[in-house]
Amino acid sequence: MAQSVLRILQERVPHAIVETGSYVGDDMALVERDHLIEVLTLLKEDPSLDFSMLTDLTVVDWLGQDPRFEVVYQLYSIHHKHRVRIKASVGEAEDQCWVPTATGLWMAAAWAEREAWDLYGVRFRGHPDLRRILMYEEFVGHPLRKDYPQNARQPLIRRPDAPATDDQTTRLLANSHDRRVE
Amino acid sequence: MTAATELRQPPTVASDLAQTYDPATGRQAGESPLSPSMQQFAEEAAQLPTEEVIVNMGPSHPAMHGTVRVVLRIDGELIKDADVQVGYLHRGFEKECEGSTWSQIFPYVDRLNYVSPMLNNVGFAMAVEKLLGITDQVPERAEYIRVIAGELARISDHLTCITASLAELGGLTTFFYGNRAREHVWELLEDLSGARLTHSYARIGGVAWDLTEDFADKTRVKLEKIRGYITDIRTLVERNRIFLDRMEGVGVISAADAISYGITGPCLRACDVAYDVRRDQPYSVYDHFDFDVAVSEGGDNLARYLVRIEEMAQSMSIIEQALVQIPPGPVIIDDPIVALPAKREVYNSIEGMIAHFKLIMDGIKVPPGEAYSYTEGGNGELGFYVVSDGSGRPYKCRCRPPSFYTTSALRQMIVGANIADVVPIFGSINMIGGECDR
Repeated sequence: MAQSVLRILQERVPHAIVETGSYVGDDMALVERDHLIEVLTLLKEDPSLDFSMLTDLTVVDWLGQDPRFEVVYQLYSIHHKHRVRIKASVGEAEDQCWVPTATGLWMAAAWAEREAWDLYGVRFRGHPDLRRILMYEEFVGHPLRKDYPQNARQPLIRRPDAPATDDQTTRLLANSHDRRVE
Repeated sequence: MTAATELRQPPTVASDLAQTYDPATGRQAGESPLSPSMQQFAEEAAQLPTEEVIVNMGPSHPAMHGTVRVVLRIDGELIKDADVQVGYLHRGFEKECEGSTWSQIFPYVDRLNYVSPMLNNVGFAMAVEKLLGITDQVPERAEYIRVIAGELARISDHLTCITASLAELGGLTTFFYGNRAREHVWELLEDLSGARLTHSYARIGGVAWDLTEDFADKTRVKLEKIRGYITDIRTLVERNRIFLDRMEGVGVISAADAISYGITGPCLRACDVAYDVRRDQPYSVYDHFDFDVAVSEGGDNLARYLVRIEEMAQSMSIIEQALVQIPPGPVIIDDPIVALPAKREVYNSIEGMIAHFKLIMDGIKVPPGEAYSYTEGGNGELGFYVVSDGSGRPYKCRCRPPSFYTTSALRQMIVGANIADVVPIFGSINMIGGECDR
């Protein structure tokens, strides 16, 4: 059953598929970003696929590689009881670090994409309300990026005797370009 | 009607709002009709000029579990719009995981869903086992112990959800009954793990210790007591008019919307969608048991309550079957690359000590790759998406939090309801801050 999902994808949208693979029982397809919504729509609408649920959406930061980020969609079909993982690669540069939003397909994407933007800084074009969700508005940077130091602190209220910012945070602030969504 | 009041008429009610709220009567759909005198009062009240107000509910509201803020735009008692804000309990779970060895993550996953930590323990252990390719080598006895511990945790989870939300509705007695029943669960889990709340009992490849000798007998006795408490709770509330008024037809969500929002677990099964990971994609030894997937119709608070009540009964049945079926044998995989050596070897042989040292300091070397593992948590599908780069620490360890997706649908459930309905609706979705905000 599960193999047929990848086969259907290969047959129906061969131009969109970069790579497919299976590992420890999970099926995965890497998709061109330009055709991402086309593939996701097919997965959701086609009766033989019927991926009615966007189970999860996250990002993997492959720091040092190009393209740097992978946006990962975990899909599940309640009707057929099969799963598939769809991935799309995006680059690090500001004009490259985006994917189209999936909020038109699954309402679960609304918060999941906000979280991915908040923690990884990948933009979701067309998202109706792309605000930070777990971190606070004043937070600078994206904490789950691999170049964000684990011990950096950005307290909202500083103790009077504490230094303005520690070194790592200063460096981080200098590098950050995307405080807010445009 | 004067011009001033006309100006203050509420804007057009959105379609999703109209489903639950009837502007002619000012009542929720499914509510019983008003008495004539109340009807007259309601008609007069509808003529009164009102103004839209923004109200903050939480994060320090007692019914918001201290972790959620809901900004409400209200007109009188009616909620016109809401912005649900989470993140107050964000502790950087994923970032911490990336700096820890695979085994060091167990205490962190305990603190995700602190109401049913056993289920998180097992879910995470299974994800790493999947990536290691040792899922079928985990001893059967360990799988049975995991099922027993997990189902005990599920009972505790549902009891907390039901009785805490009833306490928020004013039924404090049920809360005490529920806590007494939970006390029994905690005693059993304490016997297993030594800890009452955050157990860290599962290990990659098995569990930490075997059952105690009298565990089976003790469990049977305690399950009977828990059944008694659940009956008491049901007797107290299920024919109570106040309870029914606030549960029936309140917080309705349709099956299609629930699926689209990624809602799983009891909240989805309350919409008559029989999706249960234990049944649909059986893991561990769940295919050895005879149990029903609890479903209910309506998608309202009452349906969610009924599903949880039934699930506790099913969980107890699973535990009793498991106690009969459980085979003897080891409780952790016999593989020196994954499991720690026995303490006897660590203290008495140099090989044992080195093996122990390497596993503790370097961590389990998980081959490069990625896996998404899914289990049925207390609130729905609890997934772990783990990525390894071949070192002893995870490259990425993402938890798919069921509460997060359920809470994302809260806005839709409360818009069109009254302010007072926010409390039971929020209680019935069982949002667990630690898991939602991670």
